[in-house]
Amino acid sequence: MIELEQVSYGYGDTTLLSDISLQLAPGSFHFLTGPSGAGKTTLIKLCYGALIATKGRVSLFDRDAQQMSRDDVAKARRRIGVVHQDCQFLDHLSVAENVSLPLTVSGRSLADPSELDDLLAWVGLSTQRDAKPPQLSGGERQRAALARAVVMSPDVILADEPTGNVDWEMSLRLLTLLVELNRMGKTVLIATHDMNLIRSAKAQVQARVLRISNKNVHQAGADL
Amino acid sequence: MKARLSTLMHFLAGDAQADRVVPPTGYTARLTVFAAASMAFLAVFALALSLATGRLADSWGDALAKSSTIRITAPLDQMDAQVLAVMEVLATTPGVKDARPLSDDEQRALLAPWFGPDLPLDQLPIPKLVEVIEDAEGFDPEGLRARLAGEAPGAILDDHARWREPLVRAATRLRALGLVAIVLITALAGVVITLAASAALSANEQVIRVLRLVGAQDNYITRAFVRRYTLRALGGAVVGTTLGALAIFLMPSVGDQGNFLTGIGFQRWEWLWPALIPLFAALVAFLATRQTAKNVLQEKR
Repeated sequence: MIELEQVSYGYGDTTLLSDISLQLAPGSFHFLTGPSGAGKTTLIKLCYGALIATKGRVSLFDRDAQQMSRDDVAKARRRIGVVHQDCQFLDHLSVAENVSLPLTVSGRSLADPSELDDLLAWVGLSTQRDAKPPQLSGGERQRAALARAVVMSPDVILADEPTGNVDWEMSLRLLTLLVELNRMGKTVLIATHDMNLIRSAKAQVQARVLRISNKNVHQAGADL
Repeated sequence: MKARLSTLMHFLAGDAQADRVVPPTGYTARLTVFAAASMAFLAVFALALSLATGRLADSWGDALAKSSTIRITAPLDQMDAQVLAVMEVLATTPGVKDARPLSDDEQRALLAPWFGPDLPLDQLPIPKLVEVIEDAEGFDPEGLRARLAGEAPGAILDDHARWREPLVRAATRLRALGLVAIVLITALAGVVITLAASAALSANEQVIRVLRLVGAQDNYITRAFVRRYTLRALGGAVVGTTLGALAIFLMPSVGDQGNFLTGIGFQRWEWLWPALIPLFAALVAFLATRQTAKNVLQEKR
């Protein structure tokens, strides 16, 4: 599905990631952990084609990302839902419009318009559907971002610090939503440095924990 | 052709959802509207200037090309015989529609600015003037000069070419300058709209980043910005053209006594030209924004 083979990334003389190999198989659940600045966000961006590896090969759905045109990458992104820590919304659009943005840009619509209401209800944002993103709290923004990431029913969900700005209760709620998605067959990769969150997840789902250190990715030990 | 027409119709019809992805306000929006309005206003004047100078060049050329003067210098006692000889030559010259010697009063009026109204023409050796009007075909000036030299040696033909040509050349230059002004205004409009679009794309980097994140292709992003800026330029240009045309329309007219400045304006079908300015401004905006958007998107993955 998404595969990195001996991938390195850097700029100038600085190498951020070196010789990384990683495979996100269909239906798998991964955590990516490591200290701040270790390269978690960079690795996630490599996984959805926002960055081009300086060495090695990144495959998006069996195609070499480096050889793909921008439009091909855009099409591939429709199969990948991304949740960023800073969420990235269009502030002049409502929550409902932001959530349905992936459908809008791909010229699609939901088979049943009430599905959008169901999706907003699923993330607990029914009453905020007409609110603008700046009016939302941190947790509401994260849930809206998650709703937007899944509205196209993508094959893969990449979440970069999705619980970074929310309290523990909201973190667990977001985690539950991601676990639910994984149970529906979606591949999930969550970058986080919150060990408690990883421990909670491991109680609910078979998750593989990866740690970035020394510019490379290692399987984390059983001490988690 | 059908595909292009379909693309254009799709572009004009727009996509309500796609239109909303670009924030509707911002200084770049106002800048584009203002630039388009100003350029269109100036273009109306440049166009009016160009058309007026064109008319002036045609009128000077036509009016002066159709008349000539024969100046007869002879002793007073031979003057009438020379005039008669000249008139006979002209009567048998193909291309001459009409010819008549100027009366003493007319000659006095011509000299009055220099010598005053009481000039005793009959006592002074003033040359006699014969006005010659050509027909549509015109006459051969060299042939006429040769015949005059034989029949009336004191007669000299002045076909106005010597001083008509610089006037026509000056008017033609003015017309060319008007056209150059239109080209420069168009180019400047393109530059300003390109800068505005570039600033808009920079100011909306977050919008582009989000659209990319959710899988928008280049065409979608380009179309959203291009449509917005083309319509803004069209709106601004309509306002600028209307104000410019109104200003031209309201310029004071002094009828036949008017000079070049009061002749600036549009006549009959010429009013169609300013109507094309907004469409042209929209086309410039469309091309400028599309190219800018393509360049900007190429730099962002």
